[in-house]
Amino acid sequence: MGKSLYQKVWESHAVRTLPNGQTQLFIDTHLIHEVTSPQAFGMLRDLGLKVRFPERTFATVDHIVPTHSLAEPFADPQADEMIRQLRKNVQEFGITFFDVTSGQQGIVHVIGPENGITQPGMTIACGDSHTSTHGAFGAIAFGIGTTQVRDVLATQTMAVSKLKVRRINVNGKLRPGVYAKDVILHIIKVLGVNGGIGYAYEYGGSVFDNFSMEERMTVCNMSIEGGARIGYVNPDQTTFDYLKGRPYAPKGEAWEQAVARWKALASDPDAHYDDIVNIRAEDIAPTVTWGINPGQGCAITDRVPDPALYPEAERAGLEEALKHMKLRPGQPIKGVKVDVAFLGSCTNGRISDFREAARYLKGRKVAPGVRAIAVPGSQQVARQCEEEGIAQIFREAGFEWRGAGCSMCLAMNPDKLVGDELCASSSNRNFKGRQGSATGRTVLMSPVMVVAAAVTGQVSDAREVFGVSELVGV
Amino acid sequence: MALEPIQQVRGRAVHVPGNDIDTDRITPARYLKVVTFDGLGEALFYDERFNPDGSEKPHPLNDPRFKGASIMLVGANFGCGSSREHSPQAIYRAGFRALIGESFAEIFFGNSTALSMPCVTASKSDIEALAQAIEQDPGLEVTVDVERLEVRYADKAFKVNLPATAQKALVEGRWDPIADLLEAGDLLEQASARLPKAVLS
Repeated sequence: MGKSLYQKVWESHAVRTLPNGQTQLFIDTHLIHEVTSPQAFGMLRDLGLKVRFPERTFATVDHIVPTHSLAEPFADPQADEMIRQLRKNVQEFGITFFDVTSGQQGIVHVIGPENGITQPGMTIACGDSHTSTHGAFGAIAFGIGTTQVRDVLATQTMAVSKLKVRRINVNGKLRPGVYAKDVILHIIKVLGVNGGIGYAYEYGGSVFDNFSMEERMTVCNMSIEGGARIGYVNPDQTTFDYLKGRPYAPKGEAWEQAVARWKALASDPDAHYDDIVNIRAEDIAPTVTWGINPGQGCAITDRVPDPALYPEAERAGLEEALKHMKLRPGQPIKGVKVDVAFLGSCTNGRISDFREAARYLKGRKVAPGVRAIAVPGSQQVARQCEEEGIAQIFREAGFEWRGAGCSMCLAMNPDKLVGDELCASSSNRNFKGRQGSATGRTVLMSPVMVVAAAVTGQVSDAREVFGVSELVGV
Repeated sequence: MALEPIQQVRGRAVHVPGNDIDTDRITPARYLKVVTFDGLGEALFYDERFNPDGSEKPHPLNDPRFKGASIMLVGANFGCGSSREHSPQAIYRAGFRALIGESFAEIFFGNSTALSMPCVTASKSDIEALAQAIEQDPGLEVTVDVERLEVRYADKAFKVNLPATAQKALVEGRWDPIADLLEAGDLLEQASARLPKAVLS
């Protein structure tokens, strides 16, 4: 029986077995940001410890940065304190920092890949649950808490228990207007928001073989929304082509050696999986959420659930979700009024997302009364959008074109919903209060569907708004 | 580093019902704009407990009958979403020392264990029976026995689950892994020498 990539990476990175039976696993690359690291540095100081391998940690600032102006001090004194703490910490411990002045700042899960820091077969950790994004490269990437950030800083290792591996095959051809975002929303809908607890998800099949790296990142990013802390795709020629020439990728002879090593890491054809799930690409529709967790989704052509038609045990949860979302049982999701359109985040804030959205936005206008915000995932994405004329398309359509950051995905900066505003969002979480207002409402969707919502002022089927024949899909 | 072994947690309990309660709900993101974890207890379930004007909403944690509870009963997939350790820190700092739930999200579970706060799982029916018992008698003493993997109250008891690694870490006082990790010593340098590294080139 062959081995999965997960198994191979685990074996090569296990340092020893700990007294409680967990594995002490070496972490090749540690990514940190301003929100979950200050307390870890504080713990390090309290224990009199140093950063063991500072060259293996990379820092940026993303969660709290304002996206309308980087003038310092930031208007929010708490945010200003956080960026100053991070600067102090990286300087004291000798850590590479992609600061706002570097031209390379951005969401940690966008800049790691675009700089070639994320590589196949690596173990990666970051104090952020969307670290699963890096699995798109065939890395094993862990979202961790702050105590574990301390552990990785101090020892470059952490105590972990081995997961089972579930292979998720998506085979066939996606229908026009169906994107990577729809694929992962569909997977979470099918397997549930807790279906992945105890598993690493290995994504494969013809749809993933044909996906670009950025599409693979969108899917891996939301693994955690399905309960799976880790999601990955085996590295292939698409992976190598993406990485070649990027600043931190190996060069020359080292590149050839690395590619040979990466090829050998992919799961063996006869690899053992603890579970296998098969999904038909043709069954996936443009998908939107109607509730308060990412598993509460439906096809854009569907109606929201009527709790009365469900078993009693499920009713309270459905009713709570509909009440928060101010939706009537059984009403069509299409046509629900939208107040805000948000395009960005570590899920869908990359250059290909803006390119695809701009194709359909070009020549159209944001509907009156809709506040539309476009937030590139990194300063590099922002520059590319300017160079390619994409930023101008967004501005002319009436979008606010912003600087790089996490922004309204979690509203730790000034970008927030107000009251019970409903946001058509390309982000990853529709939790109550997620976008900065306790009564705010979030409908998750693909970037092209966000554009459709922005121009119509309601949750819309992009295939109808833009014409199904025009939408080529992927 | 000698840590306190966690063999049992004993105290009064409160039931916070619902499945898929995410860490944004446990600690809204605006409370993450801090550089220490001090004072986070006040953020616990803030938007579920208070209106924007600061007045209280009906919530089990606002119910005077359950003030001082140290054990929280929860539903399935508790602590899903963001990896923020601020959530278990807020729960701990609000005085809780153990959680009993149908299931826990993985990152939340690990973060809680490293704070010495066991998250044991039990069947829905056992949790509901206990919830009814404390509803009738909020002063009821509940024991979460981490060593024997059972919960006891009044004259009743039910079995709970906890991964063996977490149980051993808690019972032996190894719940903060840093001392064990540091013991690897030179093995860390050896691992770093053979494993890949991202280098600007």
